[in-house]
Amino acid sequence: MSTAASHAEPARPHGDSHHAGEPGHDEEHHGPAWLAHHFDTPAQQFDAAKLGMWAFLAQELLFFSGVFVAYGIFRSWYPEAFSGASHQLDRVMGASNTIVLLFSSWTAAMSVRSSQLGKKAQTSGYLIVTIACAFIFLVVKYFEYQHKFHAGLLPGKFFGHPVDGGLFGAIPAGHGHVPHLPAKAHIFFSLYFVMTGIHAIHVIVGIGVMFWILKRNASGEFSKEFFTPVDLVALYWHLVDLIWIYLFPLLYLID
Amino acid sequence: MVSPDNFQLPEQLSTGAAEVDDLYMFVYWFSVIFTAVIVAVMLYCIVKFRRRPGVKAEPVGHNLVLELVWTFGPVIFIAILFHLGFKVYVHNAVAAENAMEIRVRGRQWLWEFEYPNGTRENNELTIPLNQPVKFILSSDDVIHSFYVPGARWKRDAVPGMYTNISFTPTKLGNMQVFCAEYCGTSHSGMLAMIHVVTPEDFQKHLDSADKAPEGKKPEEWGAELYKKNACNTCHSIDGSKMPGPTWKGLWGKTESLADGSTVVVDENYVKESILKPQAKIAAGFTTAQMPPFTLKDAQIDAIIAYMKTLK
Amino acid sequence: MGAATTTVPRAQAHHPDPNENYLKAERGIMSWIYTLDHKRIGVMYLVSVLLAFLIGGIFALAVRLELFSRGKTIMDADAYNRTFTLHGVVMVFLFIIPSVPAALGNFILPIQLGAKDVAFPRLNLMSYYIYVFGACFALYSMVNGAVDTGWTFYTPYSMRTTSAVIPMVLGAFIMGFSSILTGVNFIATVHKLRAPGQTWTKLPLFIWGLYATSIIQVLATPVLAITLLLLCLERFLGLGIFDPKLGGDPVLFQHFFWFYSHPAVYIMIVPGMAVVNEIIATFSRRAIVGYMFVAMSSLALALLGFLVWGHHLFVSGMSEYATMVFSALTFLVAIPSGVKVFNWVATLYKGSIRLESPMLYALSFIFLFTIGGLTGLFLGVLAIDVHLHDTYFVVAHFHYVMVGGTVMGFVGGLHYWWPKITGKLFNEGVAKVAWALVFIGFNVTFIAQFIMGSRGMPRRYYDYLPEYEIFHKVSTIGSWILGLGFLTMAVMFVASLIKGQKSTRNPWGSAALEWQTPTPPPLANFIKVPTITRGPYDYHLATEEELSEK
Repeated sequence: MSTAASHAEPARPHGDSHHAGEPGHDEEHHGPAWLAHHFDTPAQQFDAAKLGMWAFLAQELLFFSGVFVAYGIFRSWYPEAFSGASHQLDRVMGASNTIVLLFSSWTAAMSVRSSQLGKKAQTSGYLIVTIACAFIFLVVKYFEYQHKFHAGLLPGKFFGHPVDGGLFGAIPAGHGHVPHLPAKAHIFFSLYFVMTGIHAIHVIVGIGVMFWILKRNASGEFSKEFFTPVDLVALYWHLVDLIWIYLFPLLYLID
Repeated sequence: MVSPDNFQLPEQLSTGAAEVDDLYMFVYWFSVIFTAVIVAVMLYCIVKFRRRPGVKAEPVGHNLVLELVWTFGPVIFIAILFHLGFKVYVHNAVAAENAMEIRVRGRQWLWEFEYPNGTRENNELTIPLNQPVKFILSSDDVIHSFYVPGARWKRDAVPGMYTNISFTPTKLGNMQVFCAEYCGTSHSGMLAMIHVVTPEDFQKHLDSADKAPEGKKPEEWGAELYKKNACNTCHSIDGSKMPGPTWKGLWGKTESLADGSTVVVDENYVKESILKPQAKIAAGFTTAQMPPFTLKDAQIDAIIAYMKTLK
Repeated sequence: MGAATTTVPRAQAHHPDPNENYLKAERGIMSWIYTLDHKRIGVMYLVSVLLAFLIGGIFALAVRLELFSRGKTIMDADAYNRTFTLHGVVMVFLFIIPSVPAALGNFILPIQLGAKDVAFPRLNLMSYYIYVFGACFALYSMVNGAVDTGWTFYTPYSMRTTSAVIPMVLGAFIMGFSSILTGVNFIATVHKLRAPGQTWTKLPLFIWGLYATSIIQVLATPVLAITLLLLCLERFLGLGIFDPKLGGDPVLFQHFFWFYSHPAVYIMIVPGMAVVNEIIATFSRRAIVGYMFVAMSSLALALLGFLVWGHHLFVSGMSEYATMVFSALTFLVAIPSGVKVFNWVATLYKGSIRLESPMLYALSFIFLFTIGGLTGLFLGVLAIDVHLHDTYFVVAHFHYVMVGGTVMGFVGGLHYWWPKITGKLFNEGVAKVAWALVFIGFNVTFIAQFIMGSRGMPRRYYDYLPEYEIFHKVSTIGSWILGLGFLTMAVMFVASLIKGQKSTRNPWGSAALEWQTPTPPPLANFIKVPTITRGPYDYHLATEEELSEK
């Protein structure tokens, strides 16, 4: 290894400015401006970024796996509580959010495709639609949360809904006739808020990143040759979508 | 291989202990020999192959057989170890049919024992020799771990579930109990003692649980109970500030309560405070939560007698 | 890769000279704060983890001093409980986990690959600041009453205590992301930034170790993150997941916690082993025997690490079947560990051995890790574990692995790469004295703990019965010798910085790639991108000039 390279050169005295005659110092030989100095080829940079993103998504999955495991365990411990509590969720809202997110995943994929084809305006358009879908998702989520707050369907010790053989006796005022939920229903809502809450944070982060990509796209940073950031944000968005695909049936649908 | 007074292990006080110790010494001698061989080879190489001018290291060849042998050879050994360990574990874990059941409740920071007849004692338990005992563990606050080194056995007392261990004491005398799972400030003070006695003495002990020890005045017995029930971890007798009100000058005093009312400290109040501590909480002591204590009337009377002496 | 097109990074008029020594290429504090150079980030990590080691070490000495005599020696029970917790938290999250990968690895890994930097330099800098940010939370907790739960934060005690649990847990949560991002960065770097000719079978074993570590960091740490998040929420909102009063399960917390924290043990030890490979090869002038077996044993440890968490719960009321399965799986860990020890010893045989200070640490690693591993066998055997669990035997066991293993590896690596990082030599005589003190002090401290542990002394005890006093006394005296050793070492390193001789390119005469570039390395790591034609340990293929210590 290295015989050609290494110890040929002791550190030069500081301030010595001489690049002339040394190979490789001139910029055009290295490649386009978006190619970082430590990469040799665009393909290498793209592959590294993509691999890094996949590794990051793997850790995202394991992050969520914790709450999924908790869900599975408590569902098997307290099946009536989970069944009863899940009926308190609005399936129509959940289903519409699922459709919104699925559609946004498609637009995210289309923004990558447009970017690959070098269609700047189209890329921006698809990104804007994706962001809009993300906002719609959050608005629907807001109304869902609002309903839960009013009904006292809150996590853990803030749970204010009447339950059978209640751990929490207090019934909030103005709730004359509400059906009692099975005991331990508060754990379902703990998990509901934790799972959907962490997911919503991911949606919000996604919106922020997509705005940033939108801005970079508008300033013409991307091209047929260089569309890595668009690709990566779309990958991330697909993961956010994927998680929801699991959350929706687990929380809303199955009895 | 195992001497009864092994330097590395505590005294064997139960049926399963010897088996565990044999296994321990087996792994120990294996480890000693293994380490000695590794160190000997290392020292040999350091001396024999120290760097000398003109002598080069021999390039590394391939010896697949050797690699495979020392990669997969140890599998046989560890399979044997696993088998032995599991066998002894299961053997010790199964309670005998006729085991006496003792309920053990871990609390910050004492052990409460309940005999089959309902008698309760704190931090001290008396059991008959050669009688299999099954300890049913639980906890009301945090996780504790019931550890009896003389029996080579421990198990966590987890809030919300029951666990158990069992062993048969084989020696008259005392068995130390530790709490082995960290449980807060006085974790290291959560010690109990199991007294192993003859069956006759055990019966005597059960019969006398609510009687003052012979030749002791009630207030002397009360002073003993004050320590034995760990009252001293929260209530001082010299007026110094602790998590609970001091007992000095408490008797007969008009105590103001957290809810604003007042109460005179008399027999009824003391009894209620021991059996249902949360019923009337003295002002300024709302943060510390005293657990309920189950004491016999005679014991409460003795404590009251003791309290009266603390003027 | 065409030599002419890619050898040196773009240099523009205002850019620093890539061929200049990385310490001098740019000047001023801002050039450090905003640096994207993996070497400078490595140095910043190094300073941070050494500081954490100092703080954690002071806590350790305080704990030992308190236990010197029965009853109160220097502090009360609450202060003691906070001190041993802080010792654990600081050592685990602030020191050991980032020590080898983030500090030494950051500096050495790209150079050993023949790369100019890690794959994502900005992410690398961000990881460092996330680490600092998390450390600030830990510090905030420390000055606001600290934590008295033990570093494991077991519920429900961590729900009930009034100490500053939330900032400390958030600190660990945040530092976890630093660890994850470093892992992501290293994985991409190893896969995509190897120099021409640097094939997987020519990778230094240090890289293999860090690669295995990175996989664990990426896959295990997020589980800790969600666990700690749930713990915080449980305290805030009373979720009812871990708190039995609300219908939760405290044992579930232990499962979650150890699903990360057991693999985390391999995040700590595998990099230590990785360093030892490099040192043994260099000071034996010989390739590590069974290269592929040693490389794969790192990956095997990474994989097995995910399957054995249950052995921390043998006495927690888990079912007997689960106990059996976890015991069996735990024994499998002995296989890759044994493979490493056998191959290291075989490497010494017919080598050309020189006992310089890094080698002394590497050899003590083998000895101490062997003891640490074998005492792990005791704990894997179910019947013995129920006796030894939560006693000082366990404390001594993991200190033999974590200090005897990881810290020896880290310190050995620090000695080994010190000339490359700082450009200065250190006083070898003083280094050997420091080593002797560390080695003796360590063994005195922890052998005493093995014996009191097997005799029944539970861990995390503020006070103890009279029969254990002699062991505690010996252990505390050992801790003073150990402390003196580290102090000597610190003085030696500071002296080297101030008035150490200038190091040559290759003071140890190593054939490995990082020793072939100038000392300290230029900003771009190499004057010219190397083409790898032989393995890092192929002493018989290396030229005289490459091995020259001049």
